Amino acid sequence: MTNNPHISVQHLNVSIGNNDILKDITINIPNKKVISIIGPSGCGKTTLLKSFNRLLDDTPDVKITGKVLVDGEDIYDPKAEVTHIRKKMGLLSQRPYPLPMSIYDNVAYGPRLHGRPKKVELDELVETQLKATGLWNEVKDRLHAPATRLSIGQQQRLCLARGLAVEPEIILGDESTSALDPVSTSIIEDLFIHLKQKYTIVLVTHILRQARRVSDYIIFVYMGKIIEFGPTEELLLNPQKELTKEYVKGFIS
Amino acid sequence: MTRRKLEENFFRVLMLLSIIIVAGSFFLIVGTIFIKGVPFMNLDMITKIPGGGFYIGKEGGVLNAIIGSLYVAGGATILGLLISIPVAIYINMYLGSRNVVANSLRIAFDVLFGIPSIVYGAFGFLIMVYFGIKASLLGGIVAVTLLVIPILVRTLDEVILTVPKELRDASLALGATRWEMSKVVLRQIRPGIFTAILLSFGRAIGDVASVLFTAGFSDNIPTSLHQPAATLPLAIFFQLGSPVEEVQGRAYASALILTIVVLIITVLSSWLAKRFSKNKIQ
Repeated sequence: MTNNPHISVQHLNVSIGNNDILKDITINIPNKKVISIIGPSGCGKTTLLKSFNRLLDDTPDVKITGKVLVDGEDIYDPKAEVTHIRKKMGLLSQRPYPLPMSIYDNVAYGPRLHGRPKKVELDELVETQLKATGLWNEVKDRLHAPATRLSIGQQQRLCLARGLAVEPEIILGDESTSALDPVSTSIIEDLFIHLKQKYTIVLVTHILRQARRVSDYIIFVYMGKIIEFGPTEELLLNPQKELTKEYVKGFIS
Repeated sequence: MTRRKLEENFFRVLMLLSIIIVAGSFFLIVGTIFIKGVPFMNLDMITKIPGGGFYIGKEGGVLNAIIGSLYVAGGATILGLLISIPVAIYINMYLGSRNVVANSLRIAFDVLFGIPSIVYGAFGFLIMVYFGIKASLLGGIVAVTLLVIPILVRTLDEVILTVPKELRDASLALGATRWEMSKVVLRQIRPGIFTAILLSFGRAIGDVASVLFTAGFSDNIPTSLHQPAATLPLAIFFQLGSPVEEVQGRAYASALILTIVVLIITVLSSWLAKRFSKNKIQ
């Protein structure tokens, strides 16, 4: 697929308490593509996504073995700096969760954590990222209004801008459009397609049509295992495995 | 009428009766204080300290107790917050919500919550004897701080538990450290902090037993932490015990003042809570 994977997962096992959530996951995520993780509810899609930026660390009774290499660096190495790993990835959750501050401060939050940017630099950065997510014209007159005043679709784009502001390499989306109306969904999907020129994008979705619209590759996960991984059209139109076939046809969900 | 309808009506009447009892007692209490206190209410009560012979019905007021109470309750709430916020943050953000140590601490604070205030008073008194401190504003503040810490910690704890995990993740995903993430959580719970302040202040200003031995009583307004301080509940207690009718009446006037102070704090803190909730996500 590619000689230079952006994220390389090797024999990853995740269990919470006595439940094995992910079993022996090995996969290479190609650089600057959109990859969708599909599969039925509770199959471990979100856990797999969260293992990429170590958001599972705080889950009670969690046990993680195996390796996740990002740019060749094992993020579960005890010496790895967790804030540095997370900075490389922007996360877009199911519902938008703007930070309890103004629109401007939401975008500026990340850059302020990682340095002491000057006012001029920040202004420029906020404008750039809000433009990148198509929000600038809608909010430029009320940058200092609370982020919660925005519509939910605008909030999700703000969360994307906030994530982009720390200059990540990867965008992780966890069913990021499931709370949005069709128009906002389509705006976010277009953004993903546009953004893959600069970023590797990994999306969890349970909407097959969405996976088909936006992704270059699809990973099908079932009961904590990767069943099939391949280019979108190939996997959807000509699945190799019986389980994938059944899922794509809608017999299992 | 069917059995189900009967049951429905029975419980509805029961609920209404309970509400009448609660609301009725509230109005009776406020009404009594008002009727008995207003005739003895005058500007002197809130602007003057007790003059010579105040306790046999001559001139003066309870300004010493008003200021003393504000000092004690305010000081204890501020000191309590400085201790409780780090505790609540550590329990929730560093130990995790289902951690054994965190849950043991919660139980410990629940036990402390239920301890009668006289025990805090006695404990505070022991500490003071040990350090050779006399009954003073400082002693009162320390004892009342012990009293309000469990209230503050448990209130803040409950409020922090309502913060969506996704908000914490959002901050962490941007590369925030735990403390930086905690600051976002603190921003989110600002309205809840004012609720905690209100509960703490209300308990602190109304408590007699914890200040009985520790703060002492004085007819003067304390000018340093080492001077004894009068408090409103104690002032009410002393005046109510007097055989002089004038003095008894002033006890009700003092109770009215105490109630008004609490009312002002309540209105103020809910106004502040509302003001600071504009950025809060739902």
